[in-house]
Amino acid sequence: MGRFIIRRLLQMVFVMWAVSVLTFFIFNVIPNGDPAVRMAGKNPTETQIEAIRKEWGFDDNLIVQYVTMMKKVFTGDLVSYFTQLPVGEEIIKGLPRTLSLAIGAAILWMFVAICFGLYSAMRAGKFADRFLTIVALIGISLPVFWIGALMNYYLGYKAGIFPNGGYVELTKDPVDWAYHLILPWTALAILFIGFYSRVLRSNILDTINEDYVRTARAKGLSERQVMVRHVLRNSMIPIVTLWGLDFGAVVGGGAILTETVFDLQGVGQYAAEAVGQLDVPPVLATTLFAAFFIVPLNAIVDIVYAYLDPRIRLQ
Amino acid sequence: MSADPDPAATGAPPSGEPLLTVEDLKVSFATEEGVVQAVEAVSFELAPGEILAVVGESGSGKSVTAMTLMGLTRSPNADFEGTAHYKGTELVHASEDQLRRVRGAEIAMIFQDPMTSLNPVHKIGRQIVEQIQEHEALPDQQARERAVELLDRVGIPRARERIDNYPFEFSGGMRQRVMIALALSCNPSVLIADEPTTALDVTIQAQILQRMRELRDETGAAIILVTHDLGVVADIADRIAVMYSGRIVEQGTLDEIFYDPQHPYTWGLLGSIARVDRPRPERLPAIAGLPPSLADRPQGCHFRPRCPHEFGKCSEVPPLEARLDGAPAHLDRCWLTPDEKRERREVRPGEIGLEAKSEAGAA
Repeated sequence: MGRFIIRRLLQMVFVMWAVSVLTFFIFNVIPNGDPAVRMAGKNPTETQIEAIRKEWGFDDNLIVQYVTMMKKVFTGDLVSYFTQLPVGEEIIKGLPRTLSLAIGAAILWMFVAICFGLYSAMRAGKFADRFLTIVALIGISLPVFWIGALMNYYLGYKAGIFPNGGYVELTKDPVDWAYHLILPWTALAILFIGFYSRVLRSNILDTINEDYVRTARAKGLSERQVMVRHVLRNSMIPIVTLWGLDFGAVVGGGAILTETVFDLQGVGQYAAEAVGQLDVPPVLATTLFAAFFIVPLNAIVDIVYAYLDPRIRLQ
Repeated sequence: MSADPDPAATGAPPSGEPLLTVEDLKVSFATEEGVVQAVEAVSFELAPGEILAVVGESGSGKSVTAMTLMGLTRSPNADFEGTAHYKGTELVHASEDQLRRVRGAEIAMIFQDPMTSLNPVHKIGRQIVEQIQEHEALPDQQARERAVELLDRVGIPRARERIDNYPFEFSGGMRQRVMIALALSCNPSVLIADEPTTALDVTIQAQILQRMRELRDETGAAIILVTHDLGVVADIADRIAVMYSGRIVEQGTLDEIFYDPQHPYTWGLLGSIARVDRPRPERLPAIAGLPPSLADRPQGCHFRPRCPHEFGKCSEVPPLEARLDGAPAHLDRCWLTPDEKRERREVRPGEIGLEAKSEAGAA
């Protein structure tokens, strides 16, 4: 276990280094990427641009610039080129919003997908199964920005049942917090519900024909016990893996569209705005933030996986 | 059910009232190629403490018969007729609740492939305790103690430590022992073993069979042993039912079947066993041809197309009945007279077999 953690930590350091290098250099070779020109405002003079370039160190060679920027990442002094606000504080401000969205949505999609998948598998081939199949396929096909915008417009703006976007802090008012998040959770969960329930359904149908399920029946267990202890548990293993990875991806930027549509001002929305302005410091920081979440979540998934399936050993 | 093993039945020879009576059992499945009659009118009885071997090739319906008794072949595509009475419960048409009370507690089953028959993600102890607690209100600690005893009894060394291992930490033979321990955990009166040794190597086979026989002697549980291997049967069975293409074609005691077989199919089976007490033949004799497809069986005797002794009458279905004087329990389904059978089954003096088709009737 100790070796496993050390290995994963080393892996995380490497991934974050690689991500930072790639992000930094990609944003420096993008055409029209010269930040000094854009920071200088409209119709700047050559000397103004030159002054900004000097002041921000844009005339140094790229490696020096990279090292300087990474130093700032570690000391927390990274500042946005355009808003001049400290990047670290912005991310910390967005983090609870992004986590609220991701955790709520992940629980919602897992729960609903298990219900749908199980029900679908137990009614395989019948009307209910076919109906849920179609619903799932529609769910998978709906782009989150579209369904999100529709929900926001009809249920929020027009009908007034739900707030029209925005975020309330959990510590301030938990009920209002959940109330503001219901639509974003649903919009984000729909795709995953469709996908997960399909995967679970087919896993269950595979598992149900396993010899050990027949053994479980031969023991005299009830159909419910057979399903829960022997079929569902074994069918859930691949789903749990997916869940961890998808959760990491959602926290690390997968919710950009949802956050933007519902104006949640989370980390994803912050990243999206930064990318739009080719604002390298926040882009770099949010990318590192994403990598920081995804690698440990991968490790957690592996640990959970080994717990669920004892044949797997961590190494 | 009673929790304690019946001491009176210990080692007792089969006697008295049958424990299980199967009458006219028919099982058919609707498949894409039409309705397949997997089991056609199978009837037999099982006495307490008896070991009945059901022998036949793949597709003869032996496993389907065994699993139907446990209700494990039930599916929307399956259709059942006939009855199987066990201690006042009719199993073939029993409700799920009735079946659940019988499964594991009264009739337990051991399956063919020990590598896949245990759930890979649960410890073996938990899998045994689960069954015990399903049928008896035992606290965890006592159920666990019983599981340790069971594992010990089926010959798993260091049972107390091994109980917390997962199935993948055991060899095939050891897993089959775990399956047997599982099956015995509620002291069932009937143990159905569906090819319990097919997936195991020969030395392990002998150990497992030996152990099953000893356990029968200790617990008095009757055993239905489903197998395609007559060699396995010779070691432990009291009685044998030979199945072919969905029907029982011959039924009798071990001695009757081995020393006075009546059905040409049985002759073929016996003739195809490798024997160490005879000169080694160049090739082991085999029965020519293949069993008929379940969906397209011949009229009359199902063995007719492969039988060198076929004659006109064989297009009628021969009844399963006693045809020998002095052996009322030795039944077979062949139209030949006992004298004809005795004359024809000896391929070479002292050897039982099924002669080649070209020499049919010339022996």
